[in-house]
Amino acid sequence: MHELSITQSMLDLVLEQAKNAGAKEVGKINLVLGEMTGVVDRAVQFYFDFLSKGTAAEGAALSFKVIPTTARCRSCAKDFKLGEFDWTCPHCQGNNIEIVGGKELFVESIEVE
Amino acid sequence: MEIKVVKDIMGANDQIAQKNRQLFDSNQVFVVNVMASPGAGKTSLILETIKRLKGKVKVGVVEGDISSSLDAEAIGKEGVPVVQINTGGECHLDANMTSTALGSLPLGDIELLLIENVGNLVCPAEFKLGEDMRILISSTPEGDDKPFKYPLMFHEADAVLINKIDLLPYLKFDVDAFSKAIKGINQKVKVFPISCTTGEGVDRWVDWLLGQVGG
Ligand SMILES: Nc1nc2c(ncn2[C@@H]2O[C@H](COP(=O)(O)OP(=O)(O)O)[C@@H](O)[C@H]2O)c(=O)[nH]1
Ligand SMILES: [Mg+2]
Ligand SMILES: [Zn+2]
Repeated sequence: MHELSITQSMLDLVLEQAKNAGAKEVGKINLVLGEMTGVVDRAVQFYFDFLSKGTAAEGAALSFKVIPTTARCRSCAKDFKLGEFDWTCPHCQGNNIEIVGGKELFVESIEVE
Repeated sequence: MEIKVVKDIMGANDQIAQKNRQLFDSNQVFVVNVMASPGAGKTSLILETIKRLKGKVKVGVVEGDISSSLDAEAIGKEGVPVVQINTGGECHLDANMTSTALGSLPLGDIELLLIENVGNLVCPAEFKLGEDMRILISSTPEGDDKPFKYPLMFHEADAVLINKIDLLPYLKFDVDAFSKAIKGINQKVKVFPISCTTGEGVDRWVDWLLGQVGG
């Protein structure tokens, strides 16, 4: 459900950037979404279609680059995808890990006319 | 034409959170964002904490639970300033709602502000409020797999309170494995097994909190 406010923030950001660039229309929005944020792309699309009506971004295509939750072992320095039931390192069975991917939530670029 | 943006979507919220933080700092208020699922024991923990801090620290409370004003009333009975935020159905508090609520609190007369976030393990993690500390209550009946399902919450928390340990004899909940998993991804986290019902472990949490407020 946090997608409603997140989509509104995203739209505000996009419209501001488009305005600053003197653009009339936004054709595409490239988003980067970390898996860990729990933000659901379909929900963002749904709210976007609704919120963007009558704005310069109406009808813009949304592209989602989803970043998996990635951990780095602090013992052996190898990266691995965080498991769903177990957070031990598959390489050395270490427990001490750092999250290095999956928290992203940003607008990478927009395509405007 | 393609325009590189690379801007955080939460930027607007973060800016307001920063303003809240300045307001808290100028009034010397230490702020704790209390997060958990519905029913995990947020209100119970706030009540137990207030009771133990009487005469030591001046506490204020922001109630963000959507359900009703029942929690705010229970807390008001303890004689501390409390303000209820009506989130209008939103599943989390955000910096702007918090900012609006602050107007109705005597900040100059509060040293510790406890903010009960909306019961939810996903959404509140993204929204900074301007807090100094984030705590997460995970209660034993919810199961010990919660860190794996909601890693962001456990990753961001300064302290995790395992509540309802009085129920452990009836449940399959491995406190040690649970603590070990959280500490593995979150080096700074403190883990406190507690029971708001029996009071077990609550003093240890309150002592630690006092140290944080003072420091
Ligand atoms: N057995 C047990 N029940 C508890 C404990 N802490 C809270 N509860 C009960 O759990 C329910 C929900 O607590 P509440 O504080 O309202 O949760 P909140 O929704 O997170 O604010 C209430 O019925 C409490 O009495 C505890 O340590 N042990
Ligand atoms: Mg409550
Ligand atoms: Zn390793």
